[in-house]
Amino acid sequence: METVVGDLMATELRLGLPGTVDDMKAAAPSTPRGKKRTTAADPVDDSAAADDEATKQRDAEAAPPAAKAPVVGWPPVRSYRKSCFQASSKPQSKPATKEEVSTTAAAAPSAAANATAGSSFVKVSMEGAPYLRKVDLRMYKGYRELREALEAMFVSSNNGGGANLSEFAVTYEDKDGDLMLVGDVPFEMFTSTCKKLRIMKRSEATGLGSARQ
Amino acid sequence: MTYFPEEVVEHIFSFLPLHSDRNTVSLVCRVWYEVERLSRRAVFVGNCYAVRPERLVQRFPNVRTLTVKGKPHFADFNLVPPDWGGYAGPWIDAAARSCMGLEELRMKRMVVLDENLELLARSFPRFKALVLISCEGFSTDGLAAIASHCKLLRELDLQENDVDDHGPRWLSCFPDSCTSLVSLNFACIKGEVNPGALERLVARSPNLRSLRLNRSVSVDTLSKILVRTPNLEDLGTGNLTDESESYLRLSSALEKCKMLRSLSGFWDASPICVPFIYPLCHHLTGLNLSYTPTLDYSDLTKMISRCVKLQRLWVLDCISDKGLQVVASSCKDLQELRVFPSDFYVAGYSVVTEEGLVAISSGCPKLSSLLYFCHQMTNEALITVAKNCPNFIRFRLCILEPKKPDAITNQPLDEGFGAIVRECKGLRRLSISGLLTDKVFMDIGKYGKQLEMLSIAFAGDSDKGMMHVMNGCKNLRKLEIRDSPFSDVALLGNVAKYETMRSLWMSGCNVTLKGCQVLATKMPMLNVEIMNELDESSEMEENHGDPSRVDKLYVYRTTAGARNDAPDFVKIL
Repeated sequence: METVVGDLMATELRLGLPGTVDDMKAAAPSTPRGKKRTTAADPVDDSAAADDEATKQRDAEAAPPAAKAPVVGWPPVRSYRKSCFQASSKPQSKPATKEEVSTTAAAAPSAAANATAGSSFVKVSMEGAPYLRKVDLRMYKGYRELREALEAMFVSSNNGGGANLSEFAVTYEDKDGDLMLVGDVPFEMFTSTCKKLRIMKRSEATGLGSARQ
Repeated sequence: MTYFPEEVVEHIFSFLPLHSDRNTVSLVCRVWYEVERLSRRAVFVGNCYAVRPERLVQRFPNVRTLTVKGKPHFADFNLVPPDWGGYAGPWIDAAARSCMGLEELRMKRMVVLDENLELLARSFPRFKALVLISCEGFSTDGLAAIASHCKLLRELDLQENDVDDHGPRWLSCFPDSCTSLVSLNFACIKGEVNPGALERLVARSPNLRSLRLNRSVSVDTLSKILVRTPNLEDLGTGNLTDESESYLRLSSALEKCKMLRSLSGFWDASPICVPFIYPLCHHLTGLNLSYTPTLDYSDLTKMISRCVKLQRLWVLDCISDKGLQVVASSCKDLQELRVFPSDFYVAGYSVVTEEGLVAISSGCPKLSSLLYFCHQMTNEALITVAKNCPNFIRFRLCILEPKKPDAITNQPLDEGFGAIVRECKGLRRLSISGLLTDKVFMDIGKYGKQLEMLSIAFAGDSDKGMMHVMNGCKNLRKLEIRDSPFSDVALLGNVAKYETMRSLWMSGCNVTLKGCQVLATKMPMLNVEIMNELDESSEMEENHGDPSRVDKLYVYRTTAGARNDAPDFVKIL
C-alpha cells in the first residue's frame, strides 16, 4: 500500500520543484503510517507483533534512498530559504540532478526540467573584454532577444551609439565541447545544449559560414 | 536585606542581567517578589502557551521589552501543520491594556496579523523596536501602520518572515519627522520599494547603523544611499546584477563607510561585483553569502581570502571543500560557520564533505557555532574536529541522506558524535544525523551535561536511546525528535523531567494515543498536544485507548492550562 502511495506521489503533477512538498501535501506523505492504520482494520491478535511490523515499515520508509520520493521536511531547511531559491536562479544546470528529477517526476518532464534548471546561467566571454559575464538563457524567448541582451551587455559599454554585434560572431560551446555558431538550431535546442557563449571577432570566425543574423 | 528601602533593593536587582536570576530572587519573599515584578524591564517568554498573556502583563506592568516565541522549531521545516497556533494577538492585546510603557517587542515563529500591528502602533507612545523573525500572517499594510504611528521608532527588523506584499506604499509612511531610525531590515519583503522614498528616509536618519535592503533595490539606489550613511556598520545589499559602471559608483560610496563590519544580501550577485567588495573585506567580521547561488567557488574564495578578521560566515555548499580550506587558512578568528545546501534534494550535487569540516576545524580553533549541511561524514573526521575545536557551543550537522553511515567504514556515526559531546564540555545545542544507534545516546546522556537543545532525526534503535538522554542531560530544555523508533516506554520513562523542560516534540515515532493519555493524566501541568491528519481525527474520537499511533506529539509545561485557540486537528489531552 505504501509503495503505491509513494509511486503516485512520484508521478504527481505539481507546479513546485520536485522535492518541495508544500503544506497541503505535507499531510499526504506522512500518511504511510495512516495507511498502516486503515489496512490494520482487521484486529490483530498480538499487538506487539503489529508494533514490530510497524517499526520495520517505518524504518523502511524512514530511510529513503536518494532516488525515491523526498522526505517531508528534509533536509531541514527553512521554507523562507527554499522560497528565495525558487525565486532566484541557479548558476548552471546540473546534469545529475536533472536525471534524478526526471525519474521522480515522469509525468511532466519538461515542466520538471524547467523547474529544476529554473534558469541556466552560462558564461559569456568576449574578445577584448577584461572579464566574463553570465546570462540566463531561459530568460530569452529567441535568438533576437539573446542578441539584444548581449549587445546591451558588451557592446554598448564600449562604443557610443549604434552598438551592435555585426563585427562579431556569436559562438557557443555545446555539450560535446564543440564550438558552434549560434543560430543554426531551434532556440529550445540551443538553450539545452549550450554550455558557454563566446563572442569572437568576425575575422576569427572564418570557416563557420555566414551568420544569418 | 528586608530592612533596606525598596528603592535600594530595586537598585541591587538591576545588576542581575539574567532572567533566571531575577526569577529566582522573586521567590525569596513577598517583598522581593513585589519589588522585582514592578521593576522588571525585560521579559522573555520561550513558549507563548506556557503562560497566559493577561497574567504576565499584570505581574510585570512596567515591562519595556517583551520577547515571545510561538511555534515549535520543527515548524520551520513544515512539520507543524498551518493554523496550528502561535498567535501574537492575545499578547499585543494584553500589553495594550496593561503595559503602557512597552518599548520593544520581539517575536519568533508567531502568527501576526495586520490588525495586531495596527493596535501595536497605536497603543504604545514610547514604542521603539519591533523585531519579527520567521513570522507570518501580516502584510505591508501592517508595516505601514507601524511606520505611520510609531514616532520614536528606532528599530524595524524583519527577518525571514512571510509577508504579503501590498505594494511599496508602506515605506513612504514614515513621516518626515521620523529621524530616529537606527536599524531597518526589510530584506524579506518580496515586492518593490520606492527608491526615492528609501533614499529620503535614509537621508533623514543620521543614526542609521544597520540597513538590510531587499532584492528589488538596485546597485544605483544602493550607491546613492551609502553616500548618506557613513556610520553604517551592517549592510544587506539589494540585488547586484547591474552593469559594470554602476559598480564603480558603488565602490566609491562603499569607501566612505569606514565602519562597515557586516555584509549580507548579495541577491542574484553577478561575479562582476566581487572585486568592488575587496576594499571592505579586511574589516569585515560578518559575511552572509548564503542566498547567493550565482557566485561559485572561485568568486567566493577571492572575497573570503581577504576577510582576515571574519568571525561569522554563512555560505552555500558550492564553496566546496577546497573553498573551505581557503576559509580555514584565511579566517583565523572564525567563531561561527554555516554551510547551507544549494540543492535541496537529498541526492543533490553537494560538494562539501567531511574534508571541508576537518580543514575548518584545524584552521579555526575559535570555532564555537556550526551548522553544516554535507553529503557525507566519517567518524574519523568528527573525532578530529572534536579534538581541534573543544569550544563548540552549538554543533549542528546535517548529512543530507537520512541514516547514511560513515562514508569510509560504513559504520554508524556513534563514535564521531560521541567524541563531540565528550570533548566539547560547553556544548549547549546539538543536532545529529546519519546512521546512529542507541550508543550515541549513551554518550550524549553521559557527557551532555550542559546540553539544552537536542535535535534527533532518523536515529536510534530502541527506547533506551531516548531514555539515556532524558535521564542524563540535566540541563535539557528542548528535545525534538522525528522518525525515530521511540515508543510510549521512552515517553513515560521519566515524566517528571518534562516539568524541567520547555518542550518535547515527537513526530513519526512509535508513541500511541494511550501512552499520551497516560502522560497527560500523570502530569497535569503539561499540555499534551496530538496532531494527526484531518481524516483521522474522527477515528481518534471513537477509538479511545486504541493503540493507534500518534503522528505528531508536542508536550510542554504550562501554567495556562489547555489553550482555547487550537484548531480541529490538534487534540489536547
